[in-house]
Amino acid sequence: MMHHHLILRVVTKMLVGTIILFAFYVQFHGDFSPGGGFQAGVIMAVAFILYGIVFGLNKAEEVFPPWLVHKLAAFGVLVYAGTGVVSLLLGYNFLDYNAFNPGHPSHGQHWGIFAVELGVGITVTGVMVAIYYAFAGRPPPINDEDW
Amino acid sequence: MSAVETQHVARDLMDQLPVLQVAIPLIAAPLIVFIGNRKLAWAIAFAASAAAFVIACTLLWQVIDGSVISYHIGGWAPPLGIEYRIDALSAMILMLISGIGTIVLPYAYASVAAEIPKKQHTLFYALFMLCLTGLLGMVATGDAFNIFVFLEISSLSTYVLVAMGAHKDPRALTAAYDYLIMGTIGATFFVIGLGMLYMATGTLNLADLAERIADQGINRTVRAGFAFVVVGMGLKVAMYPLHHWLPNAYTFAPSAVTTFLAATATKAAIYVMLRFLFSVFSPGFHFEDWTLYLIFIPFSLLAMFAASFVAVFQTNLKRMLAFSSIAQIGYMLLGIAMLNATGLSAAVVHMVNHGISKAALFMGVGAMVMYSGSAFFDDLKGLGRKMPITGAVMVAGGLSLIGVPGTAGFISKWMLVQAAFENGWWIIAIAIMLSSLLAVIYVWRMFEVLYLTAPSDDCTATDPPLPMLVPMLILAGACIWFGFDTELTLGSARVAAEGLLAGSAGMMH
Repeated sequence: MMHHHLILRVVTKMLVGTIILFAFYVQFHGDFSPGGGFQAGVIMAVAFILYGIVFGLNKAEEVFPPWLVHKLAAFGVLVYAGTGVVSLLLGYNFLDYNAFNPGHPSHGQHWGIFAVELGVGITVTGVMVAIYYAFAGRPPPINDEDW
Repeated sequence: MSAVETQHVARDLMDQLPVLQVAIPLIAAPLIVFIGNRKLAWAIAFAASAAAFVIACTLLWQVIDGSVISYHIGGWAPPLGIEYRIDALSAMILMLISGIGTIVLPYAYASVAAEIPKKQHTLFYALFMLCLTGLLGMVATGDAFNIFVFLEISSLSTYVLVAMGAHKDPRALTAAYDYLIMGTIGATFFVIGLGMLYMATGTLNLADLAERIADQGINRTVRAGFAFVVVGMGLKVAMYPLHHWLPNAYTFAPSAVTTFLAATATKAAIYVMLRFLFSVFSPGFHFEDWTLYLIFIPFSLLAMFAASFVAVFQTNLKRMLAFSSIAQIGYMLLGIAMLNATGLSAAVVHMVNHGISKAALFMGVGAMVMYSGSAFFDDLKGLGRKMPITGAVMVAGGLSLIGVPGTAGFISKWMLVQAAFENGWWIIAIAIMLSSLLAVIYVWRMFEVLYLTAPSDDCTATDPPLPMLVPMLILAGACIWFGFDTELTLGSARVAAEGLLAGSAGMMH
């Protein structure tokens, strides 16, 4: 098994890093070019899914263990909601990014979007990989006795 | 823009309540998954829903005089930004939802331990929080598309919560799948309706929608949008011919989930229906009047009789109560279709009273099922005698379901009959009373099984542990209490009904 698909395996190893780099580009450059948290999260997840498809689910789960995937999916939402809570603690409305730089609100907006999109990116990565794991690692069909 | 922002006045906790109402459970859900500890999961969930309940009470106290709180998410003013809008009606439903959530959680601790495998407990509480978030959000928001988003949050988590009953009975999976399909169709219809309204008006803010529809008048797009929204929400409400998903979902879901859903999920959907019927559109829009008279009234009557009649012949107590829920939803929709202040107050107060009674009943069944293993009448024989307190709670809930004087159910049915008389609809008033007789029959059947049959000799059932008993007693107490002291329920329902009947004017800035 390990000796099959030599080209695929070599190309995948080369591509995975590039895909992750591209995901970061889409994530952090999202305000000047097409993209944002959701797209970046999907691209990031694609790196792990491609790795899982070529090298097998077990290898992928060694690199990115399922428990970490779940925590990340939850952590992203916390980053998003946490941004709202911080703005709230600063005496502004929920998710009012002006709070982050009252002297220069457009900078505040910029930072707020940045934080929120980071949360989106993390969650989307987690959820996409979790969906892949759930489908790829599906247990065998239910036994007749279980019904 | 910056010139305005430099004069920003810091907002305090009280100003933030409308968003905290939704944000606290929303944050609790990922926090539970992130921490991933079973014991802490319950504690976080309980703390979050208790906080939500306190907030809802505070909000109701603020708006009981008929005022409206408007909160701008992200500081963006409506109609462009998302607005949270709290008035007497929404505060009342928020209080019902968060209150039931808070009461169900202590009960859920023992019940979930018995019904759901250990490794799923953390996720159960996270989903419960998401479901609570979705229901609270649907009620708190004043933005049509936001309603859809929260509707989906609550629905998706509900499907999984129902499916968690699969550990006890695999049929929960098909029930959840049915619900998934029907619920998705409902949500799709709703969003198609929104799309049409957006196309016709160019806005998604409910208050702004109302203004623009009033300005430009009715056209075919608006009419189609209205129809789609009503049918979509009708599916979520389990309005009579669209109720197919409900009996199985309620029967096979874990007891704590059934209790929570029966008391809250359909009520939040009815709230959205009310918002569209009275705040976005207004009576006098002829299409709406005809919808209410020609569709709501016949189907409500049909629900009251047909569903009650079906309930009489059920052999499974949970299923019987599920059919009774469909009938009770008929009363609420009938109250809405009466189009007068008394009928609307009856509908609103019945949402609360029925929520409380049904929650008490489902909790009682859940406690019995923990010992008997199933909710079939054959397995529940004589359990009322073996579990005296649980039995008493179910009798209180059952009496309230019938509408016996001195219980909460009586107040709402009395209001409903009065509303029918106000319109001069004698036949409908008589129908309400006749259908209550059907309720007498099925509640009597429950009573007969629980008390008048002998328990099996080797039956070791006793009342459940205290954390399950106390929530049941609180709910049973509420069934009786709200039958005598109607200040809170009926009082706020009247304010809510007046706000609704003031029509879209009640939504103006």
